[in-house]
Amino acid sequence: MLSLTIREVSAALREGRISPTELCRTCLNRIKKTQHLNAYITVTEELALKQAREAEARLLRGAPKGPLDGIPFAVKDNFCTENIKTTCASKMLNDYTPPYNATVVQKLFDQGAVLMGKANMDEFAMGAGSTDGAFGPVRNPWSYAAPYRERTGAAPDSDWVITGGSSGGSAAAVASLTSYLALGSDTGGSTRNPGALCGVVALKPTYGLLSRHGLIPLVNSMDVPGIMTRSVSDAAIVLGILQGQDMRDSTTTPAPSWLTELPEHFDVKNICVGIPKEYHAPGLSEETLAQWSRVADMFERAGARVKQVSLPHTQHSIVCYHVLCHAEVASNMARFDGLEYGHRSEVDSSTEAMYASSRHEGFNDVVRGRILSGNYFLLKQNYEHYFVKAQRVRRLIADDFKRAFSSGVDVLLTPTTLADAARYSNFTQEDNWTRSAQDDVFTQPVNMAGLPAISVPTALSSRGLPIGLQLIGPALQDNKLLSVAQWLEQRVGFPSISDCGDESGNEAGMANREQTSAV
Amino acid sequence: MSLFSIAAKCTCRGLSMKIPRPSFNLLTNDRHSITNVEIQSHVTHVTRLLRNHHSKVPEVATWELIPEDQLPPPVHIPADLVDKLERLALVDFRTKQGLACLEKAIRFADQLHVLDTSGVEPMDSVLEDRALHLRDDVVMEGDCAEELLHLSKNTVEEYFVAPPGNIPLPKREERAAMLKHSEL
Repeated sequence: MLSLTIREVSAALREGRISPTELCRTCLNRIKKTQHLNAYITVTEELALKQAREAEARLLRGAPKGPLDGIPFAVKDNFCTENIKTTCASKMLNDYTPPYNATVVQKLFDQGAVLMGKANMDEFAMGAGSTDGAFGPVRNPWSYAAPYRERTGAAPDSDWVITGGSSGGSAAAVASLTSYLALGSDTGGSTRNPGALCGVVALKPTYGLLSRHGLIPLVNSMDVPGIMTRSVSDAAIVLGILQGQDMRDSTTTPAPSWLTELPEHFDVKNICVGIPKEYHAPGLSEETLAQWSRVADMFERAGARVKQVSLPHTQHSIVCYHVLCHAEVASNMARFDGLEYGHRSEVDSSTEAMYASSRHEGFNDVVRGRILSGNYFLLKQNYEHYFVKAQRVRRLIADDFKRAFSSGVDVLLTPTTLADAARYSNFTQEDNWTRSAQDDVFTQPVNMAGLPAISVPTALSSRGLPIGLQLIGPALQDNKLLSVAQWLEQRVGFPSISDCGDESGNEAGMANREQTSAV
Repeated sequence: MSLFSIAAKCTCRGLSMKIPRPSFNLLTNDRHSITNVEIQSHVTHVTRLLRNHHSKVPEVATWELIPEDQLPPPVHIPADLVDKLERLALVDFRTKQGLACLEKAIRFADQLHVLDTSGVEPMDSVLEDRALHLRDDVVMEGDCAEELLHLSKNTVEEYFVAPPGNIPLPKREERAAMLKHSEL
């Protein structure tokens, strides 16, 4: 039951094959069994059971609220949740309990979805590994599945691999079968990167389609709530529910009137797939390259037009992102001063001293480092030289995409990450900043341009770890992007973790049996 | 489902090869020669793998790291600027590594300057081409002072309490002592 998609489990709930409370308890048990993954900062057990009972009553009356009624979900801990701690994985917000729900969280509650807990992440979403949070690193569930252990002979306690980040807890929650969907956030790839490394579907919608109200901001002009699910069609269902204008977020745009139901049989003969040649960057692993070629050929054989295109400024995008991100971080983090909310230092010799000590105690080195470099780029003498320069480069990057799409390309196909997941011990040999700059290389250009993109898992590597590919579409064409992604998903046959002898919860056999009977 | 997974496993096995995780450093150019060697070996392998494919996916990396000699000379942050940044940012560098990290960040950003952007307008929002919704300038919600004050560590009646104001941060050395003390 746990390894089903939302669509399947929703049908099982309606047909009474399982009740929401049973489902909720099963997920809670699995969370306990997979505690070593450190996917959750807070598990909202009591609330979950209460919500599940309410969903059960509705389902018994034959009046469910929609496809998500009774479905367990997880939320990254940078979305505000009313009366539930929201920490951003930082000491700064260790005791912060927001008095309101983020719009996207509220919309899921309104649909009867059941909150299992708040997912772990990099502190304030700054990172690409989910290794730099105040509550410890997240472990990739595939570290404990048979393919990785058998092919590498890894010892699970020391050789585990990272989830990617910064929404690593959300990705781990969906991949380890404790939640059917999770919200992440995506500023430079924070949803797609862990989605690829954990083998789940990860959608970054068009900027402005989903409300950011209640998402604690990193880079306002790029932040987007991200959707993680086990299938593309599930991502489409969730997108349909979350999208739309929000009076509380002036940067939202009305949702286009498309059907959220994806076509069962999408014909790729009529589409043109662009292969941006610059996405063969130095450092791309052989296996990811092989997957990229395999899928490009797959499209071609199915009759799609596949052509190489150029996005000439790709190489500079990560540099541009780095400057814009740090500048906006410097500005956004200014709100944390210890006065109105968040951590407050005992130092009280002066207001300034209290501010400085609170921030010294509350932020980790990564956050402090970005605030300092952001302030440097924003100094009067550097403003034009770095910040405005980066804004000019941003336009070049956005124009590259515009040109590609106006040349008749419907979607772009690229790798999501350079390689499969690194071992924690290897990953932490480089600093957070170096890692972010490497690992966001294929994902952040999309955020610069505000485009929709999705990472779809395509295969396991020779180490038994997921490899994902990214599809990118024109702004507001999320639905078409999802249709192409579903076509791809149906053909690559990515294995479910429950079919891979996953021992993280010792339930693989059971999940497997149930799935077979349910399909 | 199980058929699918078998297929996926076979595919993997077909491509199976031992590769170490790429030890690339996309940020600095000092290891440029090493990088090239790695690209070379990697290219031979992939070429063999894809020889019969005529794939539209390029077989070799299409760009190289920007060589050091194309960048402006590296900046060094003088002590008074360190002090200024710490006062502005209200966070401290803490250690020498903190300062090294800033210099690295600046060096990385310097790569922007190999691009000619003359005549290119800065872009600050992807929504620049459309009118965004503005609501009427009237109060829609509020009356939640109690809830908000509740979040603060120190309040009196309906006020947030701050320590004495208008006192500049202490000098750098004293500051370091203050912060060290605050950690204990």
